[in-house]
Amino acid sequence: MISTIFAFINAAIIQSIPLLFGATGEIITEKSGNLNLGIPGIMYMGGISGIIGGYIYEHSTASPNAALCIIIPLLSSIVGSLLLALIYSFLTVTLRVNQNVTGLALTTFGIGIGNFFGGSLLSFFGETGSISLIKTGQCFKASLPFANKLGLFGKTFLSFGFLTYLAIIIALVTSYFLNRTRAGLSLRSVGENPATADAAGINVTKYKYLSTLIGGAIAGLGGLYFVMDYTGGAWTNNGFGDRGWLAIAIVIFAIWRPTTAIFSSFLFGGLYILCIYIPGLSSSAKELINMLPYVVTILVLVIISMRKKRENQPPASLGLSYFREER
Amino acid sequence: MAVAAIELKNITKRFGTKVVANKNVCLTAYKGEILSLLGENGSGKTTLMNMISGIYYPDEGQIFINGEEVVIRSPKDAFKYKIGMIHQHFKLIDVFSAAENIVLGLEEEGKYDIKTVTARVKAITEQYGFDLDPNKKIYEMSVSEKQTVEIIKVLYRGADILILDEPTAVLTPQETQKLFAVLRRMREDGKAIIIITHKLHEVLSLSDKVAVLRKGEYVGTVNTAETNESELTEMMVGKKIDLNINRSEPKDSVDRLEIKNLNCVSEEGIKTLDNVSFTVRSGEILGIAGIAGSGQRELLESIAGLQPIESGEIIYHNPKTGKTDELRGKSPIQIRELGVRLSFVPEDRLGMGLVGNMDIIDNMMLRSYRKGKSMFLERKKPKDLAERIIKDLEVVTPSAQTPVRKLSGGNVQKVLVGREIAAAPTVLMAAYPVRGLDINSSYAIYNLLNEQKENGVAVVFVGEDLDVLIELCDRILVISSGKVSGIVEGRGADKGEIGLMMTKVDGGAESGC
Repeated sequence: MISTIFAFINAAIIQSIPLLFGATGEIITEKSGNLNLGIPGIMYMGGISGIIGGYIYEHSTASPNAALCIIIPLLSSIVGSLLLALIYSFLTVTLRVNQNVTGLALTTFGIGIGNFFGGSLLSFFGETGSISLIKTGQCFKASLPFANKLGLFGKTFLSFGFLTYLAIIIALVTSYFLNRTRAGLSLRSVGENPATADAAGINVTKYKYLSTLIGGAIAGLGGLYFVMDYTGGAWTNNGFGDRGWLAIAIVIFAIWRPTTAIFSSFLFGGLYILCIYIPGLSSSAKELINMLPYVVTILVLVIISMRKKRENQPPASLGLSYFREER
Repeated sequence: MAVAAIELKNITKRFGTKVVANKNVCLTAYKGEILSLLGENGSGKTTLMNMISGIYYPDEGQIFINGEEVVIRSPKDAFKYKIGMIHQHFKLIDVFSAAENIVLGLEEEGKYDIKTVTARVKAITEQYGFDLDPNKKIYEMSVSEKQTVEIIKVLYRGADILILDEPTAVLTPQETQKLFAVLRRMREDGKAIIIITHKLHEVLSLSDKVAVLRKGEYVGTVNTAETNESELTEMMVGKKIDLNINRSEPKDSVDRLEIKNLNCVSEEGIKTLDNVSFTVRSGEILGIAGIAGSGQRELLESIAGLQPIESGEIIYHNPKTGKTDELRGKSPIQIRELGVRLSFVPEDRLGMGLVGNMDIIDNMMLRSYRKGKSMFLERKKPKDLAERIIKDLEVVTPSAQTPVRKLSGGNVQKVLVGREIAAAPTVLMAAYPVRGLDINSSYAIYNLLNEQKENGVAVVFVGEDLDVLIELCDRILVISSGKVSGIVEGRGADKGEIGLMMTKVDGGAESGC
């Protein structure tokens, strides 16, 4: 029984990491007033870009170097995510296109790109079968050497690849950045009231671009984690599923706080796989349990809008474009 | 002569190809001096100040700071030259504390530490005699406190040149006096202060010099000591205007509206109106005085059917049928059809009543589109009405097809009031119809209200300038924290007495503003 519970916790943490990357990225983005609904697409993009980078490297050399096995997919993933985030920023900040439309289009686009390369990457290199980057996957999965010596505790909490810890560190750093630094204060002001930020001498466009780009890159790491650590270097079309949307739900659930997002992700990760750990469920009951994260999110939305506490509301200018010379 | 703290030479700014907001404007402000910038609506005062503070960039002309020519391309540049602007609409982040707002956008040396900021803010408040808690969130603050934050914000940056855009438009007489005391202390401290206002008595009591703009052009600068109200008005408008409000005796006054024991509760569960009872009579102007947010808005909205009522009655004596109607429970449209008209002008002029992106004609149609008999919209009558309002009320607009949001504040107000009057109401309610307007437009609005009164309309006027209320109204209802603290006769009313009634506190609950 105990071991089942620990196995569940372990699995919940594993499930939570892509969500946490996505949520942290989206929080940074939304704090600038950009509601990036393209995050699910960006996470697909981050995943497939990592796969492409890793594949090219692993197939170009007979004995892949462990460090490069990590660095190359990491960089290519970030480049891929940045590309989509840049499209989003250019369209919504510079051209002031509607953010929702742009975001939804990017999600469709990102998933399409992911599935296109996922399905045809091998044939470009004249191979058949399915993508499987065993060596790269191993490097990403490598845990602390002493983790398995620490018994159940080590297995449950310390047996993860480096991206897991990175996700938590990024969330903590983001929280510190937002609340304790000048740039964080400026970023929050851009999302609350860009006209005020502008009058205070803050470069609204720069902040919107940077936060969307950095947020996109972080979210993309969630996709990378999924394909490299979670599946161990394999790609299946649509395998990432609806985790991107779940990440956006966490942003609301965590009321735009990165530290809360860490625990929310663990919770949502647990709910995501709960049905597997409850024995004897009918298939319809399983679907109902899978619905839980979304139900909880709606409940949180209802509660925060009923309590009307100003600090818990979304950034005031979320979803709006900023025009400077409008009179 | 000392070197000017700031000097503008031949500044020109155009918006698009048609609108010239400023044309060849020259302006000089010295240290230890308060300069008033006076001008009609849309005369380009705010645009000019926005160029000094880096929000806009001039198309032509030069700016000198302490004798040296400078280029101000952004608000950051303005800070660099120690220019601080206090905007008419506060530029503050609601969910931030006062200290966070003050330090926003500032690139100081060293680590960002909110505690040091708080200490420095405290030091400034003590130096100039402000009253402010640096940790208070903006959304919990009154208008006057928010303004204090704005002023401290520029002082914190070490501003030597302060620009205040209509600082007293939203303050009570007492708060205004406090502000002026602070400004005088800054003047003694050697700061150059430019204040944009169109309350002439403020110009005369506060400033050392007055610069006048008319339709974007610079008219001249005079020493305050050597001028008077009528001369300034003439410079501003280009012609002499009558500054007296003609108050006629109410004729054949009968009860029109009876409000009995009205109670309202806000969405947050706070009581906004507490047992309010009064009568509105035809052919008279009933003024409503009170500190902003004392329930004026809720009162007018509940009469117009826009606000849910907890308990109480609103009885309307219908002059057409001679019967009485209960307005409570009627829809806003039904109430309007009875002749009760609300020309509500809240802080955000476009928020209620007019649609900013629609042109003047379309805004006229908002009230008349239901009347047409055919299935198509009738545009002829609204077009005539729009053109009549533009002509009669002297609305400054390129055409009747111009979107309302492109007009300046006073002109928007004229369109709104004009439309409501055109419907020949029996009750006309106007809230802050002259807020932020210059003297000429204000008197145009007062005259409109007086005309309506003489036609037998019952006028309810919510105002903030007590002098005007006393001069214009037949009776003045004073409310404080949602309660009626009394009704005084307008003729011979005492300003101090009304001021005290406005702040009268029943049951120990202090009003929010």
